Amino acid sequence: MSALKVFDIAGSAMNAENVRLNTVASNLANASTISNSADKVYKARLPVFSAVLNNTINKNNTTGGVEVLGVVESQAPPVMEYQPNHPMADATGYIYKPNVNSIEEMANMMSASRSYQNNVDVMNTAKTMLLDTLKLGQ
Amino acid sequence: MAINFNSVLGIHPQALVLREKRGEILAANMANADTPDYKARDLDFHSLLNNSLGNTSNNSAVVLQQTSQEHMPGQNVVLGAQVLYRNPQQSSLDGNTVESHIEQAKFAENAVQYESSLSFLKGQFSNLLLAIKGQ
Repeated sequence: MSALKVFDIAGSAMNAENVRLNTVASNLANASTISNSADKVYKARLPVFSAVLNNTINKNNTTGGVEVLGVVESQAPPVMEYQPNHPMADATGYIYKPNVNSIEEMANMMSASRSYQNNVDVMNTAKTMLLDTLKLGQ
Repeated sequence: MAINFNSVLGIHPQALVLREKRGEILAANMANADTPDYKARDLDFHSLLNNSLGNTSNNSAVVLQQTSQEHMPGQNVVLGAQVLYRNPQQSSLDGNTVESHIEQAKFAENAVQYESSLSFLKGQFSNLLLAIKGQ
């Protein structure tokens, strides 16, 4: 039944937004994880979204959900801070903080949760439409 | 006098199928609201209406000729209506043309139109029942 495709589409989007929320949580949780080298310090993680082009058999790529291709690490340089007395400081007296931008992450979180709610609404409306159709003729 | 379902139900059974398909396309738009380079799509009802009214002259789309089974069609057609791309009011830097508020409004509009076709069908069915029972 094709009406159930709406549920697949909205479901895939909820899944993707969930991954996005998880990366935001991970980034914020590690926002102040300090390291003694630029390589070992935590780097902000970002999900990569891509539209799913299904239905290639009849070559009618009109509808498709969204998928997460993967999670990439931010290439921004870590924040270096000169603190020679810090126990994690390296030989030159620097400590390395993650390249996580808390404000960006909060904005990302709000955008993700709004999109999630949007898709929940789509699912609810589609459910009402289907249930009303099932009640036709009663 | 025989009862003809086609004349009793009118355009509404086809309208339901079309609304359902449009709901799918709009849901896909909202699902991809954060996907870079995704282009929002929608059904072109005007082309469908014009085609059914017979005046194809002012809206005749250029159709690519397909000389092989393997060729992809130049345009996507759902139940006679073309699936076109939406012109964004304000496009975003990542190439995405989905505007959530517009898609939400269109989706709600589509749902209401679906429900109205449905309630019309319900009314016609209860009329038929009344005619059959005669009371």
